[in-house]
Amino acid sequence: MKRYVIIGNGCAAVGCIEGIRKTDPDGPITVISKENHHVYSRPLISYYLEGKTDPEKMKYRGADFYEKNGCEVFFGQSAVKIDAAAKTVATDGGRVIPYDALCVASGSSPFLPKFEGLETVRDKFGFMTLDDALALERAVNGRSKVLIVGAGLIGLKCAEGLHGRVGSITVCDLAGRVLSSILDDECAAAVQRRLEAAGITFMLSDSAVRFDDHIAYMKSGAEVPFDVLVLAVGVRPNTGVFKDAGGEVGRGITVNERMQTSLPGIYAAGDCAEGDDASFGAKRVLAIMPNAYMQGSTAGINMAGGDSEFCSAIPMNSVGFFGFHIMTAGTYEGQMSEERDGDSLKRFYVKDGLLKGFIIIGATERAGIYTSLIRDRVPVDSIDFESAKKFASYSIFSPEIRRKKLGGVV
Amino acid sequence: MKRVYVNEEWCLGCHLCEYNCAFANSGLKYMTGLKGRKLFPRIRVDGDDKITFAVSCRHCTDPICVKSCIAGAISKCDGVVRIDKNKCVGCLTCVLVCPYGALAPGEDGVMQKCELCLDNVCGAPACVAGCPNNAIVFEERSETE
Repeated sequence: MKRYVIIGNGCAAVGCIEGIRKTDPDGPITVISKENHHVYSRPLISYYLEGKTDPEKMKYRGADFYEKNGCEVFFGQSAVKIDAAAKTVATDGGRVIPYDALCVASGSSPFLPKFEGLETVRDKFGFMTLDDALALERAVNGRSKVLIVGAGLIGLKCAEGLHGRVGSITVCDLAGRVLSSILDDECAAAVQRRLEAAGITFMLSDSAVRFDDHIAYMKSGAEVPFDVLVLAVGVRPNTGVFKDAGGEVGRGITVNERMQTSLPGIYAAGDCAEGDDASFGAKRVLAIMPNAYMQGSTAGINMAGGDSEFCSAIPMNSVGFFGFHIMTAGTYEGQMSEERDGDSLKRFYVKDGLLKGFIIIGATERAGIYTSLIRDRVPVDSIDFESAKKFASYSIFSPEIRRKKLGGVV
Repeated sequence: MKRVYVNEEWCLGCHLCEYNCAFANSGLKYMTGLKGRKLFPRIRVDGDDKITFAVSCRHCTDPICVKSCIAGAISKCDGVVRIDKNKCVGCLTCVLVCPYGALAPGEDGVMQKCELCLDNVCGAPACVAGCPNNAIVFEERSETE
């Protein structure tokens, strides 16, 4: 019987387990989980702070998931060494686990720049894990002044989660706009206005350079007093153990469309991996949950001897703040065209006759139809793209395409 | 596995399926209760003055919404894609990925989609039962060529 080992216990690991079980119902699966928790959804930690969910509901799969899938989980242990020749993984708990197929789904870790005086700050937190959220929750009260370093998805969702349960929230970022990795200037400004209307203060193109106890000294010369500090500067793929084993690593662990790495018998999936971006035509780390699951599932099927390729990965995000939704997908290159309706804005990017990316603020209805145009590389001249930009619907397709897509099993 | 299909050539564009769907899932005793309320149907009529058709969840063989849900709230069981409303946080990731536009927030902001009326009093798709021109059918089909 084939023995499977998975380093990591997140969404990519679940995809991998479910992928393996599609093909091989019996081979034993060992999961190495750094966190002492049943698999849960990390992006839900901000919803937890908001009171919209709880640790029980945050479980990504049911309580019987591991048992049902024949998995043994080593909680609270990290993989410290992969021996690719002997085909074993060693953990910091002293175990050496043999494998026939290994999936590295080790995720990412917060990136911490060197801030002078950071050691003098007592109440400082990351915002990645459930334990981070629980610790942050314990540290704040209705009067707390919170400073969040980083106006990306993690920083802003943290701000939304804390909103209403702290005294004040200030978010700073070296970038000149919020969500700088997924929004352009104008869209970012619209999102920033919404957050400011909710009472959140921004200091952009500015960041802390030095901390002293409860004061942040900013690049601009400003001094920001705070009670609680959240560091949400960015994340880095956890590639160390794989790299040490001699595997090929770019920004993340290099994988092909079958999620194979450069080392035989070793696969990678999720935030630690760098696979093909179908909208961009090159390899990218796509640190988002849907891709983590799909990469994991692809890896699992192939590990168990099945045949699966994942060729339609693209960056995509759906994020809401105070009931206001933003969706982005793909790559913003080529000809931009936009549709406006009141506060809503849609921007589409077309290159080489294909929709490459979009940004939608507000009017998110049926946006998956747009996403599928990117994923499936549908030529825009084969659809009624002018109507599509206004209104996502199956009217944009020819009757033949509708019959094919809606008239049978898909 | 039986699914809901809409025969475009028979669809009158009357929107009755939307009313029947909204009513079936409303818990209301009489349809008159829908009057004056904003409807949140799980099937949607689209088209123009020439062509009309309706779209609801395809209950895909390999559903991308299930793989993409960040809360693990969507699952497929016995051929039916379902949402655990208790786990959904309304992030709309499923809206971003569904190629059919078949998921949307309900009145409470939690996502909803066609679950074939299995959990409401109808027990079978109300859109099918109420279609005046038999344009909507609930039947077994294979892949289209």
